[in-house]
Amino acid sequence: MANVTIPVGPQHPALKEPECFKVTLDGEKIVGVEIRLGYNHRGIEKACEERTIVQSQYILERVCGICSHSHSTCFLMAVEEAGKIEVPRRALWIRTLIGELERIHSHLLWLGVAGHELGFDTLLMYTWRDRELVMDLLALISGNRVNYNMNVLGGARRDITDAHRAEIRKALPVFRERTAYYARVAQEESTLIARLSGVGRLTKEEAIFYNANGPTARGSGVDRDTRRDDPYLAFPELEFEVVLDDHSDVYGRTLVRIGELMQTYDLIEQIIDGLPEGPIGPARAIRRVAAGEAVSRYEAPRGEDIHYVCTNGTDKVERVKVRAPTLGNLPAVVRMLEGGFLADVPIVVAAIDPCFSCTDRGIRVARSQGQDVWDADALRAYAIEFYRKRGLDLTRVKAPGR
Amino acid sequence: MSHHPGRMVGELLRHSVRQPATIRYPAVKADLPDKFRGRIQFIAERCIGCRMCMRDCPSNAIHITKEGDKRFSCRIYLDRCIYCAQCVDTCPKDALYATMDFELAAFTHDALQRDYDAPPATAEPEAPPAPETKDSEGTGPGA
Amino acid sequence: MGVLVALYAILIFPGLAFLSTFGLVAEYVDRKLYARFQNRMGPPWFQPFADFVKLLGKETIIPAEANATVFKVLPAVAMAAVVTAMFYIPVWDNRSLLGFEGDLIVVIYLLTIPTLTFFLAGWASTSLYAAMGAVRSLTQLFAYEVPLYMALLAPALLARTWSLQTMARWYTEHPAWMLANLLGFLVAIVALQGKLEKVPFDIPEAETEIVGGTFTEYSGRLLAVFRMAIDMEMVVGAALLAAVFLPFGLGLHPVLVFVLFLAKVLFLVALAALLRALFARLRIEQMVDFCWRILMPAALLQLLLTVVLSGVAP
Ligand code: SF4
Ligand code: SF4
Repeated sequence: MANVTIPVGPQHPALKEPECFKVTLDGEKIVGVEIRLGYNHRGIEKACEERTIVQSQYILERVCGICSHSHSTCFLMAVEEAGKIEVPRRALWIRTLIGELERIHSHLLWLGVAGHELGFDTLLMYTWRDRELVMDLLALISGNRVNYNMNVLGGARRDITDAHRAEIRKALPVFRERTAYYARVAQEESTLIARLSGVGRLTKEEAIFYNANGPTARGSGVDRDTRRDDPYLAFPELEFEVVLDDHSDVYGRTLVRIGELMQTYDLIEQIIDGLPEGPIGPARAIRRVAAGEAVSRYEAPRGEDIHYVCTNGTDKVERVKVRAPTLGNLPAVVRMLEGGFLADVPIVVAAIDPCFSCTDRGIRVARSQGQDVWDADALRAYAIEFYRKRGLDLTRVKAPGR
Repeated sequence: MSHHPGRMVGELLRHSVRQPATIRYPAVKADLPDKFRGRIQFIAERCIGCRMCMRDCPSNAIHITKEGDKRFSCRIYLDRCIYCAQCVDTCPKDALYATMDFELAAFTHDALQRDYDAPPATAEPEAPPAPETKDSEGTGPGA
Repeated sequence: MGVLVALYAILIFPGLAFLSTFGLVAEYVDRKLYARFQNRMGPPWFQPFADFVKLLGKETIIPAEANATVFKVLPAVAMAAVVTAMFYIPVWDNRSLLGFEGDLIVVIYLLTIPTLTFFLAGWASTSLYAAMGAVRSLTQLFAYEVPLYMALLAPALLARTWSLQTMARWYTEHPAWMLANLLGFLVAIVALQGKLEKVPFDIPEAETEIVGGTFTEYSGRLLAVFRMAIDMEMVVGAALLAAVFLPFGLGLHPVLVFVLFLAKVLFLVALAALLRALFARLRIEQMVDFCWRILMPAALLQLLLTVVLSGVAP
């Protein structure tokens, strides 16, 4: 059979969001993959530049439906650093708590999606049923199941009461038991293992080279976790170990996520035990932020979230730039798919826990201004020259994809 | 570690005789947490027309219009509203609150505009209704 | 007179009307149990029927590049083959409608036809996903057919007949010999899962990989007929397994035998639902590998056992 090119997406049952993977096949084997972004560009960064910081926070919270708290916290952390705003300790801990609850929500959801991509809908139904428990907790604390809106500039919006803590404490043993069960299923169900192990391979070196992040990188044994490497919020005070796995395939990524779930329960226990007393936010809402710029990193459930913010002394931001974890992981996906089977496309793509809408961006090439259009080689030459002037020789670094 | 197919068989058989986890939603009403942020309700008698809510609304969903001397009406575009309840936090006079009302689907955009009338011209804003009432029906006129 | 009886058999019982009703019931049992295994509520009893009627009312779209005649005829061919197969399977006592010496082979071949129509349908659709599904359908056919046939032949070998009714009579006289075919029964159940294209062998219609697979381009009435044919195939497949591997209680009153027949088929459908809920979908090459490396030796073992046993069998 001659090579055929099958479009997986932008409309395809395996993808919950529009994105296109053009897969070239030789029979069932993949010989080439091309990714096209940009079907769901929402112009969020621009929208934020036109709004006040108070408003932008809500817009950015909606970058992603699952890691909503991650984006809003990441943004506010950057604004607070740029504007030198002090955040009370209790508020930091509350933000951390919501972030970790969100991780449970996200990882359980992922496990179900992975099951579904493999035709194992039973796993989907069970994990999503158990996920309801954490959704209920989040709703109890914040009012709503997603988009918790628990942040304000310089603090937390709502307090954690003793009743909340009691409810969380009550739920933890259930989470632990269920997660241990899923860990056993993932490690013992042979049809599942057959579909997971050896699939979507990405060696440690490749993971570093393609700049994978989050569980995708950790599943290849790359010891990277922003919570430990660049601790933010309450993490400097919390004890935990980075979960690693060296299977370097989809199976490894699954084990990392399950391991992280177990660890998150410990973290949550530490947080509700050690929640400091004090105010949860500024006495009066902060609107104006001093000029400055900052980059903040946040270990979202899907990987490292990066926000760059430039403030200008008004109540608006001059510029905000979002780097969602998926964008960092996408180049690695091409590598993971090459040489694999068509049947593995859904699970390999799902294994980075992609969020395409969060990632999408539009590029407009402005030719009319009389500027040159630079191709990759020209950019590369420029970059090498740029760094050489500063005493760094990068000529030997191989460019990806060539 | 031993692995074999059909690892979940015990779990499946056990659950097949148990109560399903399904909630019979429209028949059984959803259980909402008390901090739930649903449709925003306007208490016209309290509004002083400072328009802070309009300033802070991220999606331009709330509009306060002056109807007469110290009388203000409010329009909320439910299709634009993202139910963040920032307006509720912002309002200095507690003239807004979030209800438990979430079943807001409609067939037209017009049906998603909620108008809350200003108080009648003669009425003095003396006895505003009890604050913090969170009923799902909505007390405001035009709800 | 003969014509009337034949028409009755083809259209009413055990033909179209009975099979389609029972097919919908079987689909309901399958879906309900599948849901209950997943701790869900599952559909109400009329759901399969409602789905069928709804599909009938939908617009039928035929791809511009497809051969319209072939495209339209295939669902009917699939259904006709399945209904015909039913005439050779004993339903109300140990006799079938059209039984003759060698009908087991005919049934087996008739049940291959639907799979071939799936292949042709996918191919005729001229769509990438459908063609992919078609190729997978055929690849899978070669993998599960052989173990399935061998498993089905073992009990026949033991009873020294190729006729389903003679077999039924033989096992009614010697019921204990049924147990000799247990291994073959297991092989057949697993292989049937492949024939019906259900998890873990739903590879030809793997939704997350190739959209609707073979049926991607089918819609409306044609899809309804295909789906009905698949439901019927589930019933006939289960009935065949019941006739070959569970031939007990056939000497009773016809009504009782009929009730028993329904119970056996539904039991097999329930078993299939459990299997469907238990596994992840295999990849096509894993499936072929599994069939040749595990199912095939198991079926061979059964045959060997049968050959040995038939030396002592009455
Ligand atoms: S913030 Fe409150 S008082 Fe001010 S205009 Fe809005 S509703 Fe009225
Ligand atoms: S809830 Fe949020 S989006 Fe809705 S009107 Fe209030 S501020 Fe605007």
